[in-house]
Amino acid sequence: MIAELGHFAVILALLLAVVQGVVPLVGSLRGYVNWTAVARPAATGQFVFLAIAFAALAHAFLTDQFSVAYVAQNSNSALPLAYKFAAIWGAHEGSLLLWVLILAGWTVAVAAFSRNLPEIMVARVISVMGLISIGFLSFILFTSNPFDRLMRAPAEGRDLNPLLQDPGLVIHPPLLYMGYVGLSVAFAFALAALAGGRLDSTWARWSRPWTTVAWMFLTLGISLGSWWAYNELGWGGWWFWDPVENASLMPWLVATGLMHSLAVTEKRGTFRSWTVLLAILAFSLSLLGTFLVRSGVLTSVHAFATDPTRGLYILAFLIVVVGGSLALYAWRSPTIASGTRFGFLSRESLLLGNNLLLLAITAAVLLGTLYPLFYDAMGMGKLSVGFPWFNAMFLLFAPPLGVLMGIGPITRWQHDDAQSLWRRLRLACGIAVLAFLAFALYHHSVDGLKVALGMGLAVWIAATTVVSLRSRVRAGTGLAGKWRILRRQSRSYYGMLVAHLGIAVFAVGVAAVSIWGEERDVRLGPGDEVQVGGYTFLFREVAKVDGPNYRSDMATVTVLNDGTPIATLNPEKRRYNASGQVMTESGVDVGFTRDLYVALGEPLGDGSWSVRIYDKPFVRWIWGGSILMALGGLLAVSDRRYRVARYKAKAEQALHGKPA
Amino acid sequence: MTPTRKKRLYLIAAMVAGVAVATGLALKAFNENLMFFFSPSEVATGEAPEGERFRLGGMVVDGSVQRDPDSLAVTFGLTDYDEAVTVSYTGILPDLFREGQGIVAHGKLNGDGVFVADEVLAKHDENYMPPEVADMMEQRKAKGAQ
Repeated sequence: MIAELGHFAVILALLLAVVQGVVPLVGSLRGYVNWTAVARPAATGQFVFLAIAFAALAHAFLTDQFSVAYVAQNSNSALPLAYKFAAIWGAHEGSLLLWVLILAGWTVAVAAFSRNLPEIMVARVISVMGLISIGFLSFILFTSNPFDRLMRAPAEGRDLNPLLQDPGLVIHPPLLYMGYVGLSVAFAFALAALAGGRLDSTWARWSRPWTTVAWMFLTLGISLGSWWAYNELGWGGWWFWDPVENASLMPWLVATGLMHSLAVTEKRGTFRSWTVLLAILAFSLSLLGTFLVRSGVLTSVHAFATDPTRGLYILAFLIVVVGGSLALYAWRSPTIASGTRFGFLSRESLLLGNNLLLLAITAAVLLGTLYPLFYDAMGMGKLSVGFPWFNAMFLLFAPPLGVLMGIGPITRWQHDDAQSLWRRLRLACGIAVLAFLAFALYHHSVDGLKVALGMGLAVWIAATTVVSLRSRVRAGTGLAGKWRILRRQSRSYYGMLVAHLGIAVFAVGVAAVSIWGEERDVRLGPGDEVQVGGYTFLFREVAKVDGPNYRSDMATVTVLNDGTPIATLNPEKRRYNASGQVMTESGVDVGFTRDLYVALGEPLGDGSWSVRIYDKPFVRWIWGGSILMALGGLLAVSDRRYRVARYKAKAEQALHGKPA
Repeated sequence: MTPTRKKRLYLIAAMVAGVAVATGLALKAFNENLMFFFSPSEVATGEAPEGERFRLGGMVVDGSVQRDPDSLAVTFGLTDYDEAVTVSYTGILPDLFREGQGIVAHGKLNGDGVFVADEVLAKHDENYMPPEVADMMEQRKAKGAQ
């Protein structure tokens, strides 16, 4: 009964989405104030009904209602409670419901935090988000209803895919979706501004915090996914250039570009068309990511669904969204005023360089991800793009990006003098080059050069951060004076520095783990030991252990450093009762400068096992750097200028004032 | 042309040249990293290249898995039910590798017609077939029906 209630709530939400998508938009174009006023209540109503639907699905999972097809396929009475809840978004139907719920949540947030914005603008933004919601809700109702009942209920469910039974999965998809869907806000703001013909710095200021928050979630979601793959797949890698990973990386790259481009539009009024196009592109890539992962076109663990009608629907939806927004852009772009000119050497041009490089990486990833699909669709055969290509592209474009990252924040807007810039940067440049040379000479190999590049760039970013801070405090006299200046700097400035330092930390992790690590696949019996990375791994025994919904072979491995035990690891090989699937649970000793990682392969008879043993130096820095980036985003959005109302008057004037 | 304009022109020309070179190199690298998929039958008829990396897919032949008692070396047969290819691999096999299961291996053919794999993929699902292998089997069935 409750499942039917959930289904009904989704239908009501769709009806409200239609109201929310159409009425305020028409009102804003015709000037009917009472029509635009519908936006907020409709958005709130939609959110309430979707929350009811989500709660109904949660209820079905938590009470083991296997008469609901989706529950029967993705849950089991023996599944631990937290995983029963996480199983809601463990497959296609439920994760779409989560997607629209989050979309409705973002819409309500826009409605709540936009009291300072002109009504007409808010109405349009909420309308655009309503239109997106229509697309997704009808998709759920017509092709992927999570509330469908089975004619005959099975006594037991088929269990959640064991790969997904990990704390990482409980939060990875929601975080990622917060990011994906959050980009719809930037998209909606861009379309609303286009529709009104008012693309100016106030528009950029409104969309900036939303974009930053979405980017923050995307950063956390992607790095959590990477951490999950590291722990759960048993290969010890942190990034595989899997199409599913690429699908989330592309919106992140474009969103990163969009954040920087929005900054230029807000501060200088330039890059307007570019910013609009990036906002459209970022959200389109989010939709493409959903399409790639959810339609089953990819050969990957994430491709739950294999129904082609779903794929066709999302493809059609994607074409409508991209085509429609580009058509609107083409129609309105003549009204976009060009901004102020800027010199060849200026912060604007460096940020343009940053954007182009980010787009180049995106294009490379897109080509590598989609080319095999096109090739197959054309009937030319099957192929895949090897990961060395992705690595090579990254190596080609990321270093210049890192170099620009150091120069940009120190360069003046509009025009800077090359000689004075060099005077400001030469010390940092010298230190970075020294670091690069030191690592290059130490390793004396091609791979060593890559590490030297990573380390050199990390030092460069850190050194230029100091340069930036020093140039700001120069005006202060004495320590107290300098401290006062530091305290006066905006939070968004510190946010930028922290996020850039996050990239530096990330670079150290990537460079270190790529070459300093040691990996051994060995055959070990009870009592055998092996040396990896200067540590002794003693393979003690393998015992049978029973879990709540699985049976496991659990090994005990003692790690010794110079004869002293420093850690005991318990890697497992689990066989899940309901599905019979076998899963590897790695045993990891986490450390600030290194991880020690043991994964069981397979039993080889006579009590010995194939065992994978890794020493992973600085691997935590990869995720630590990502957390710093997200923290930088958090600092930036907590900047007080987003919280004060003083721009309201300006904004109203901009919107209703005489056309320039 | 003023000197500044001239300088700017050179800079732009240099940038265009740089972009062209980068694109060329990228596409060349792209071509080199494409890995094509072949079936055991195609390997038997000599369609698959020797000495070049490709993907080989099929079902693991029942009773063909042989392990070296002292190391992690293993050999097994891979078949599309028409032809079979011997695959050799050293390392840890994926969780779902077993006889009768559809898998995909990455590697090269050596002179003796043995496929030396450096990567073996099987997905985490009992019912799962690599899509390439599933397609291959379907085409074979369609051929048989004619």
